[in-house]
Amino acid sequence: MKKYYNLRLLGDKISFLVNRKALITFLLLAAAAAVVFVISTGTGEMKISPLKVVQVFFGGGSDMDRLIIQSFRLPRIIVALMVGMALAAAGGILQGIIRNPLASPDIIGITGGASVAVVGFLAFFSNKNNALTVSINWMPLAAFAGAAILAFLVYFLAYKDGVSPIRLVLIGIGLASLMKALTTLMMVFGPIYQASQANIWITGTVYGSNWDNVAILVPWTLVFLVLAFILARNVNIQELGDDIAMGVGSTVQKYRFLLLMVSTALIGGAVAFGGGIGFVGLMAPHMARRMVGSAFGALLPASALIGGILVMAADLIGRTLFSPLEIPAGVFTASIGAPYFIYLLFKTRNA
Amino acid sequence: MTAGQAIATRDLTLSYGDTIIINELDLEIPKGEITVFIGGNGCGKSTLLRSIARLLKPKSGAVLLEGEAIAKLSTKDVARKMAILPQSPSAPEGLTVLQLVKQGRYPYQTWLKQWSTEDELKVRNALKATGMEELKDRTVDSLSGGQRQRAWIAMTLAQDTDTILLDEPTTYLDMTHQIEILDLLFELNEKEKRTIVMVLHDLNLACRYAHNIVAIKNQKVFAQGKPEHVINCGLVKNVFGMECEVTMDPLFGTPLCIPYGKGRCILKGKGFKDD
Repeated sequence: MKKYYNLRLLGDKISFLVNRKALITFLLLAAAAAVVFVISTGTGEMKISPLKVVQVFFGGGSDMDRLIIQSFRLPRIIVALMVGMALAAAGGILQGIIRNPLASPDIIGITGGASVAVVGFLAFFSNKNNALTVSINWMPLAAFAGAAILAFLVYFLAYKDGVSPIRLVLIGIGLASLMKALTTLMMVFGPIYQASQANIWITGTVYGSNWDNVAILVPWTLVFLVLAFILARNVNIQELGDDIAMGVGSTVQKYRFLLLMVSTALIGGAVAFGGGIGFVGLMAPHMARRMVGSAFGALLPASALIGGILVMAADLIGRTLFSPLEIPAGVFTASIGAPYFIYLLFKTRNA
Repeated sequence: MTAGQAIATRDLTLSYGDTIIINELDLEIPKGEITVFIGGNGCGKSTLLRSIARLLKPKSGAVLLEGEAIAKLSTKDVARKMAILPQSPSAPEGLTVLQLVKQGRYPYQTWLKQWSTEDELKVRNALKATGMEELKDRTVDSLSGGQRQRAWIAMTLAQDTDTILLDEPTTYLDMTHQIEILDLLFELNEKEKRTIVMVLHDLNLACRYAHNIVAIKNQKVFAQGKPEHVINCGLVKNVFGMECEVTMDPLFGTPLCIPYGKGRCILKGKGFKDD
């Protein structure tokens, strides 16, 4: 069986080398994501069969089913999918440009910046009775701003005739620790109610997502995922080191900045609506690497789908396992992801 | 500027911070030949090679590639004329040889055009020339040191340039693989007339494979020319600070340097030079 297909259109103007195994894996992952999506939509206080769920998707189904699915379940599941995809894709980009398998949105402090912003938001805009003085709808914006400001700060502080990967990651880790300390400080000094609310956010949850969130997050995430895909070959070349990348004529610093901005945008959107969901950004790219290899054009979409599946599944468990108690999805991303990741590592230890 | 030069430097000064590494250097590197930079540790031979490859900005002066100032050319244009293989490069886990070699085509690609018929042809030729066809689906990290180096050389060949720069391509390789890599480069030069410029540590191998030796010392070129014309006891003493005898390689007739020093000498009165 051939390992690769040559995809060529319009002469050679559009031409790609398609890895057959990666393509099949991608299609299987997409199918798995669709299955998790449908099951999650059907599961909850009111059980709805997968067939009926699909009917509702295509405009059919009973009024009751439609109401439950459209008003209550779909928005949060779509948000979970987007958050997972964004974090996983951003983690993959960061691991590529920093050339370090431990890089992830949390490690280089971007999530930390968002946490500080959210805890600060809860602290500064509360009155004596712990009620917010402004709408909670501003919280995503605060989270996004925190993530963006921190990303720029990391880049700015790491700058010295351009940005080298090692400076980027060291400055990032330094700032991440600082953000963590700040978050803890504010939580310790703030009232208990705020601390617990902040803690839920930091753990990461898609509870309470609505269609307005979906309307912002979906186009935002998809646009930057496509951008990341367009930039894929620049991630590939940077993974070989700056000397090689410059040697083949890549403008390394320009693309490093662009890629950092794309991953920041993805992370910012994800944390704004999903909070500080951990593990996905670190592990999803590694899982994808073990399934489709290191070429970023295949790694990116596979990683995004794995991330989406992880967060959807984590949210499903979180809202059903101890129902009516809601457990934040962030609690479960690691607990369902880690065993599978360790299994993958174990299976490929000799490869 | 005659047609005989692939690369030239004009008043080239290189520095790390305030430390001058190479000072006002005028160097000419002939086209279609193998040129080898030699010199002691820290003499600046790798720095010079990196600067020729535009990986390091000169403090002043210029590098000319086929007569044109490299700083004025677009980096992609340069990449279509000259390839560089840095010292001990590393590939990410799980990358296959084909995926690595394919990236040599970067300067010819756009995001929609990533695998043209020409790309395919050049990659196939590069794999063939380096004997890596059979191994193209193996991951780079699973290869032996010699195979891995051949994979990287294949990537630079896929770049399809007239000039190839290599920084110590034989480092960390055992003797068999050192010869294998140098033979490969020699063949590329013989068959395809590619200009090859490299840094080598082994003086004897440098003499055997180079048409042109550039010995670097004290921020300058100490001597340049055919190995048989420039390599002698005096040069080795000056450039490396080492006493030696230079004799003739019994197989190739090129200069062979035998250093003095301590060791287990079984010939009375030889081995250690005391003048």
